[in-house]
Amino acid sequence: MNCSDFLKELTDYLDEALDARTRAELEEHLQWCHNCFVICNTTKKTIEIYRDSQLYELPDDLRTRLRSAIVNKCQTKKTSSEKA
Amino acid sequence: MGAIQKINEPVSDELVLVRAAKRGDIGAFEQLVHRYDRNVFRIAQHITQNREDAEDVVQDAFLKAYENLQSFQEQSKFYTWLVRIAVNEALMRLRRRRPERMVSLDEEVKTDEDSMPREVADWSPNPEQLYSQSELRDILTKTIQGLPSSFRTVFVLRDVEGLSTEETAEALELSIPAVKSRLLRARLQLRERLNKYFKKRRTGDSKK
Repeated sequence: MNCSDFLKELTDYLDEALDARTRAELEEHLQWCHNCFVICNTTKKTIEIYRDSQLYELPDDLRTRLRSAIVNKCQTKKTSSEKA
Repeated sequence: MGAIQKINEPVSDELVLVRAAKRGDIGAFEQLVHRYDRNVFRIAQHITQNREDAEDVVQDAFLKAYENLQSFQEQSKFYTWLVRIAVNEALMRLRRRRPERMVSLDEEVKTDEDSMPREVADWSPNPEQLYSQSELRDILTKTIQGLPSSFRTVFVLRDVEGLSTEETAEALELSIPAVKSRLLRARLQLRERLNKYFKKRRTGDSKK
């Protein structure tokens, strides 16, 4: 396995979606290839940091406002379809 | 009639709410809104990159879901179905705002960052130690905004929202290989772009 093969499998490797044999081949490559080892680690960190980042949290006041607007519109929709 | 339930397969509480909402129980639908509004808002803001558009997407996506609830076949999760509606609403707004650029999830985006990563340096210390929370949030926002929308959307659904590859494919109406290929490229591009902020510094380098 070379670095380019490793890169192709990286997503499945990080998602633990590889068969045992391919996984073993990748791990063997990681043991001697420092570049791929670093790429693997920092890609994993990239995913973790975004997963934990809490970007674009919905503030409570906006959340309440949006929810009541949605429910009101649904209610109107329901009433008009019942009348029809 | 709903989808045939497998023997002994418990009906999820999500499905209980969906069925109640289908019978006209708005309270049940409100619980579904409460369960997923934050996710829909996050997805919408990631795609549209605009707060007002994201607010509109939340409202319109839930309203559309309510109006079309009878056509939800219960063969997939309600959340996956809802995400599909929300993504379409968000893309529509993005296209409206940027008519000069074709926005499609099917677009094949070629970039010079798809080959072997250029910079290989470990990240040390941890980015969380290197930057304050708000600085880090700015860096992450700016970085993900620079990705093509087709990569950004796959990354957000798969890695931020935690949908499976299959659910992401279903929500975006893409094939599984297409999801995997975009995900790999999105992850590598983000890594490459974050590298300039997070890479290990030599002794004597300043923070920025």
